[in-house]
Amino acid sequence: MRIALAATCIADTMFPGAPRATVRLLERLGHDVVFPRGQACCGQMHVNTGYFDEAVPVVRNHVETFAPVADGEWDAVVVPSGSCTGSIRHQQAMVCRRAGLDDLATTAEAVSARTYELSELLVDVLGLTDVGAWFPHRVTYHPTCHSLRMLRVGDKPLRLLRAVAGIDLVELPGAESCCGFGGTFALKNADTSGAMLADKTANVRATEAEVLTAGDYSCLMHIGGGLSRQRAGVGTLHLAEILASTREEPTELPPARAARQPADRRTEVAR
Amino acid sequence: MSTFLGLPGLRRREATSPEGGDPTEPWGAVPHPDEPLRWGESFPAAAKHTLKNEQLRRNLGHATATIRAKRAAVVDEVPDWEALRDTGSAVKEQVMAQLPDLLAQLEENVTARGGVVHWARDAAEANRIVTEIARARGADEVVKVKSMATQEIGLNEHLADEGIAAIETDLAELIVQLADDMPSHILVPAIHRNRAEIRDIFLARMGDAPPDLSDVPRELAMAARAHLRRKFLSAKVAVSGANFGVADTGTLAVVESEGNGRMCLTLPETLVTVMGIEKLIPTYTDLEVFLQLLPRSSTGERMNPYTSLWTGVTPGDGPQEFHLVLLDNGRTDVLADSVGRAALHCIRCSACLNVCPVYERVGGHAYGSVYPGPIGAILTPQLTASTGGVSGADDVNASLPYASTLCGACYDVCPVKIDIPSILVDLRAREVDADRGKHKVDPWKAAMKAASWVMSDGGRFGLAGRAATLGHGLGGRDGVISKAPPPVSAWTRERDLPAPPDETFRQWMAEHEKDGGER
Repeated sequence: MRIALAATCIADTMFPGAPRATVRLLERLGHDVVFPRGQACCGQMHVNTGYFDEAVPVVRNHVETFAPVADGEWDAVVVPSGSCTGSIRHQQAMVCRRAGLDDLATTAEAVSARTYELSELLVDVLGLTDVGAWFPHRVTYHPTCHSLRMLRVGDKPLRLLRAVAGIDLVELPGAESCCGFGGTFALKNADTSGAMLADKTANVRATEAEVLTAGDYSCLMHIGGGLSRQRAGVGTLHLAEILASTREEPTELPPARAARQPADRRTEVAR
Repeated sequence: MSTFLGLPGLRRREATSPEGGDPTEPWGAVPHPDEPLRWGESFPAAAKHTLKNEQLRRNLGHATATIRAKRAAVVDEVPDWEALRDTGSAVKEQVMAQLPDLLAQLEENVTARGGVVHWARDAAEANRIVTEIARARGADEVVKVKSMATQEIGLNEHLADEGIAAIETDLAELIVQLADDMPSHILVPAIHRNRAEIRDIFLARMGDAPPDLSDVPRELAMAARAHLRRKFLSAKVAVSGANFGVADTGTLAVVESEGNGRMCLTLPETLVTVMGIEKLIPTYTDLEVFLQLLPRSSTGERMNPYTSLWTGVTPGDGPQEFHLVLLDNGRTDVLADSVGRAALHCIRCSACLNVCPVYERVGGHAYGSVYPGPIGAILTPQLTASTGGVSGADDVNASLPYASTLCGACYDVCPVKIDIPSILVDLRAREVDADRGKHKVDPWKAAMKAASWVMSDGGRFGLAGRAATLGHGLGGRDGVISKAPPPVSAWTRERDLPAPPDETFRQWMAEHEKDGGER
């Protein structure tokens, strides 16, 4: 398959590990990955903060950049983010229509119909649950709200994780509860966001996992930021980074600020 | 309701020694706001205060988790739940599309069966109508069935000013009323009170509570029963809301748990029902759908204990005089908005409050409206739109659409499938658009404009990302930023921020492509 990658703005600039891992994983599975360089952002931040007018050029750029998928130039667009996929699927056409741009809305719908979040692409399109990954660490998974309730990815990410060799996957208590990020909510309602984060990090810490994973680096930035501040000794990795890990090319454990570093923590990775 | 968890209410000011009350009472006293749909500070400011009450957070967390689990269990056992939700949603959509005709039909049928229909444009008109009816019957006391519509118009306070005592007969509503408090939940208005407080409130304010009253729930309930029984038997006039008004028969419906509603609806000579115009359903058989959806969604019961249905006046049985007050109070403004109008589909079950991670932590009073939680965040600003509501320039209610992470839990449980997250986003856009040009300096707007320019072009965005990598060293040895200037300081107060990487993804990808995928 020829697959176009929408890296997402936040991962492109802040968390390049997720799109890098997506490329490595899909190439390992025998697919061609294309990175259309015109891409920037899907527009979600502007839309969810109410700045529809300012979202229009951002959405237009995304839709025009990925429009070739509608003409068959690529077979699919993959996005290593549930919330960006959600915005592409449920908001872009609406924003275009509101601005009177019906043609752009139609193209947006055609593009979004071929756009998949990573676990959707792997399980639904490629028909895989075992991607041949190896990651011998204790991991817990946070299902992000938009992947869960906008995309309905269900247990697809968990099925992928369960098939990873060597993994010690532990259930996260209160997993389906929001971490309190909510984009600009974390700034506009910082106190409430912090209260939600405190409950989420307490649940993560209770699992005694080395790594917290999710399908969205935005939520991971939030929960990971809290864990780092608390020096909880839990690092964060995107789902793609775990699925890309193999015996030959293992993904290193992420840095995790800890009050006290467990003695055997780093040695294991080196092997 | 029997959930008496929680701690003292919020926004509490110094008690002003209400009649019969002691200003040093532990629960204090909340002066009733002039505007039941707009009181106190903006949501972030109010939440900042309520979040400090850790006991409240624990209690609300426990209470909402209990109701959530109950609801989930009784919903899971219904095989056609999703079909019921679709039907409920479709019926309500039909109601909104045909509202004028259906209202006329309701009026015709209520009138034909001996009832009197009144039309109230706003709270003041509705309050005046109810007052005039009560006064014409010579009543200085009315008994009340729990009703959000009468909370919304501040009926009790208005009647009190006119010398008529309104007595709430729902247990939790009675607690709120005796404490001179405001409700903090649509279904469980005293969810923020614990049983020790309730005992203290009864002892100080009920007048006829046994002096040796304990805080055992059964004893508290028995004291309230004895107190209320006397009121039921003496009251000449009752005031209720309505869960449903059936257009094709003129039937009104009240759904409740305690039987106090049944008492009010059958014993007094005169019954006045205040109903929001959106509470209509087209046909009697539509009740089949909603009487399945409502109890399971609200109390987590398969069926509620009391469902009262009445149609006009029945000679020799029940109230011999029936008045229906149809309340607009901003609803036709809401109806005019093609996206926001779905908020009028709400059947006041409060399932969205119980699943909301924001409500669970801040409590109902932080929303500054009798409608708290996710539904309040979309209903309140729309109902008050004509007086500010969705304009952030000078209205606290404009902060409500931002009181959500858009996590979507509310949409999942809504029995009539109101897409609350989408409406929240739409209201944010209405707020932003309403405020365009009002401020000379708006940092959010400036930031969003600049970001729009950068994020609408791959070349510009690539350069911006490159520039950000220069900040890679900011993180020091750990690679994290722990202190930042405003507005990012709101983030770094409780969270670290990773320093930017030394290479953006697109830089890596360019090399990767050059190497033919070998890198």
